[in-house]
Amino acid sequence: MLSKRIIPCLDVRNGKLTKGVKFKGNVDIGDPVETARRYYEEGADEIVFYDITASAEGRGIFLDVVEGVAAKIAIPFCVGGGIASVADMRAVLLAGAEKISINSAAVKNPELIGEGAAAFGSQAIVVGMDVKQVAKGPQTPSGYEVVIHGGRTFMNMDAIAWARRCEELGAGELCVNSIDADGTKEGYELTLTRAVADAVRIPVIASGGAGSPAHMLDALTRGGASAALIASIVHYGEYSIAEIKDYLASAGCKVRPLAS
Amino acid sequence: MLAILDYEAGNQTSVLRALDARKIPALITAEPEALAASAGVIFPGVGAARQAMEHLTRTGLDRVLRDLVRRQKPLLGVCLGCQILLECSEESETRTLGLVKGRCVRFDPGLVDEAGDPICIPHMGWNACTPQRPSRLFAGIPPDAEFYFVHSYYTLPEPELVIATTRHGVSFCSAYGRDGFWAVQFHPEKSGPPGLKLLHNFYEYCLERQAAAASAPASGEES
Repeated sequence: MLSKRIIPCLDVRNGKLTKGVKFKGNVDIGDPVETARRYYEEGADEIVFYDITASAEGRGIFLDVVEGVAAKIAIPFCVGGGIASVADMRAVLLAGAEKISINSAAVKNPELIGEGAAAFGSQAIVVGMDVKQVAKGPQTPSGYEVVIHGGRTFMNMDAIAWARRCEELGAGELCVNSIDADGTKEGYELTLTRAVADAVRIPVIASGGAGSPAHMLDALTRGGASAALIASIVHYGEYSIAEIKDYLASAGCKVRPLAS
Repeated sequence: MLAILDYEAGNQTSVLRALDARKIPALITAEPEALAASAGVIFPGVGAARQAMEHLTRTGLDRVLRDLVRRQKPLLGVCLGCQILLECSEESETRTLGLVKGRCVRFDPGLVDEAGDPICIPHMGWNACTPQRPSRLFAGIPPDAEFYFVHSYYTLPEPELVIATTRHGVSFCSAYGRDGFWAVQFHPEKSGPPGLKLLHNFYEYCLERQAAAASAPASGEES
């Protein structure tokens, strides 16, 4: 039986680990390579890196970070942020990532999902979706809308319909991030997570809002997610990954044991 | 020195990095001489069976692989490499290498997990391997250790070759082979300490075989 995955997410700006609240007010909080190595040793099942740098110079620094991380960890490693072409995907995969995560670029150009899957296999293509709750309407029957630009631009697209489309186009996984919950530490958006998990057969990663191991348990059970993304609660040392896994295991949620 | 077969099927550099982490000397190569001179060969792979087979056939590497196995060069197939050692795959109805009897089939979308929910396809994530017979490939690895899988097809080799099985809606073969000829469905290079230990076990076996081969002619001359 598959274990539920615990995935720390590291936002990297100009080669430094950073964390913001509701996509604003980022502060630098450490060395990404060292942090990734520590999470690997503590039992993280996978690691995600997002590049939130804008400049070309920062991009080069970021690829160096990807190479540095790949040399230190022997678990799957996903990279996102600023990936808008098959060439961008190839660059991060060659630097040592197994998976790439595309978000705004996939919304603007859905064919990119299929092109990536054809070039590198579906297992390499994660589609990240940023989602906000809205009034139900003809364009958004589920009451959830896809947004881009860190939540500033509404795309008039229903989140559940988009999730199905991503699967059809060849996405291997979906990372569903609630903009409403992101950074609040008040729990994942469980209704959204469940609706996406029920709509597709590919694994769903819950993202945004983790404040405690109990929130993760909810996402992995009631939310139907295969994996839970976490950031603040481990970056600031409130919980270790081992503590989270102990909690989940004792609650009857199957997680990977920390092997010697 | 181990050789990682270079056939443009994705994850050779991940395997090389994992071997580096355990200080195991290795190179990525498609040169028949380098493969023959190595202590053992890792046959990796991610992606589609048909494209991989087309590449192997076009480059003549299919013959090179068959030759290595005939000469009993230690071999470890990984993921797609594990699958295309068999005779055929349901994936695009592809005829594969046929070094092991059996075929590769797709997870049935109608399967459900222990909770009764439909299984995710691909089978992606960490799962345990239940031993079916002892193998030195798994020596020193705790029985509850989990490995990282990503695949939509699984192998049906001869039952007597099955070393371990894994459950995902169905109990499928996750490792098969015999001493010196092994294949694993999971990615040891991405499976943390147990995966690195498995790669190390393969390397130690290769070194023993190499040492035995080096001493055999010398003792022959003495007698």
